[in-house]
Amino acid sequence: MIDSLFDLVLCALIIFVAFAAVSGRDLFTAIVFFIVYGLMVAIAWLRLEAIDVALAEAAIGAGLTGVLLLGAYGRFKNIDAARMGSWVPLPVLIVIALAATGLSAAVGVVLIALDPNGLGLIPAVNANIAQSGVFNPVTAVLLNFRAYDTLLESIVLVVALVGVWTLADNSAWGQRVGKTQSVRANGVLQSFGRTLPPIGLMIGIYFVWAGSSQPGGAFQGGTILAAVGLLSAMAGLFPPPRVNDARLRLSVIAGPILFLAVAIAGTAWGGMFVLPADLAYGLILAIEIVLALSIAITLMLLVLGPPEMTETPQ
Amino acid sequence: MMTWASGWLIYGLTGATLIGLGLFGFASHTNLLRRILAFNVVGSGIFLVFGATGFRVPELGADAVPQALIITGIVVALSATALAVSLITRHASLSGSATLPDDDREDR
Repeated sequence: MIDSLFDLVLCALIIFVAFAAVSGRDLFTAIVFFIVYGLMVAIAWLRLEAIDVALAEAAIGAGLTGVLLLGAYGRFKNIDAARMGSWVPLPVLIVIALAATGLSAAVGVVLIALDPNGLGLIPAVNANIAQSGVFNPVTAVLLNFRAYDTLLESIVLVVALVGVWTLADNSAWGQRVGKTQSVRANGVLQSFGRTLPPIGLMIGIYFVWAGSSQPGGAFQGGTILAAVGLLSAMAGLFPPPRVNDARLRLSVIAGPILFLAVAIAGTAWGGMFVLPADLAYGLILAIEIVLALSIAITLMLLVLGPPEMTETPQ
Repeated sequence: MMTWASGWLIYGLTGATLIGLGLFGFASHTNLLRRILAFNVVGSGIFLVFGATGFRVPELGADAVPQALIITGIVVALSATALAVSLITRHASLSGSATLPDDDREDR
């Protein structure tokens, strides 16, 4: 009973914070509520015993998405208040509210109608995990049973980065990625930028290593490493790389290429992505390490955005 | 235990509510950044519905397949968000507006 009371309170808070993020008075408030929302959803994932998802949600859903939105907010400062947008007209608003309520209710009805004792794919995963090469079932699904999804996902990251870079101004091409950061010497950002990266580096590498048997893996570890890189770059500790740096581009595609090579090599054992059980552990570990590096660099570049001309301080 | 009080259903229904809230926010603002934010709320609502269905029998733990697909989804959502944010900031710097031209009507 106490357990389910906690769940009820947490869910009520999540809905309240989501409402504040969606309807908050100004943009900045909305973004801050969205970050809080992401952290609370991560707690919900812990309650559902999905620790890997909780890690990803906290690091990506709340962390990196929050940095992206706050970065964009900073660039909106020059826009006239009159051109910042507003609510749609009231009659339209009422129609939308009714439609949204209807959709939520429909999804709810479907959920209530589900078999409360459904097992999903748990028996199938348990029956095959011994051949997967790893002990963490989530890693087994990501890098073995449904490796296609993960390969395509790692390619989506590269394609998104190409899309972001195509938006660069012609005059900025060849510059360092992102906006020039101006940091107050020995301010909060710079102090954190010096203190946190060593800790983050250690945690990130641990997650990549631990992913084969415990919660963690290439994506969770890669995100933390991306955050370390972002923080160091934003604190001005090292200049962001240039877009046309060949080593940078190689590190972005190394993970997907190794993954694809292993997938194709699987045809020798009977088909795409067929990993022989005795080699699976080594192959998965190699993919995870290289993929984590590529993911970390690609995520960092996605959040930093296209190269921009150095702006003169106002 | 009665079905309505079981843990997974509470989270599933919360996810269903978030989908509606996010859709409402997506359609009710003309500011493009607020639309992106609301779109992310829709996404995490869908993830929560999906993940909750994988936890219907707590004794067996959480189903690994939805978990893996949700992690994939979270990363893809971030990629799409990053691309959208870049498009919006580029649009804003070229046009000086945070909304689409159609929604800019009352302004100069």
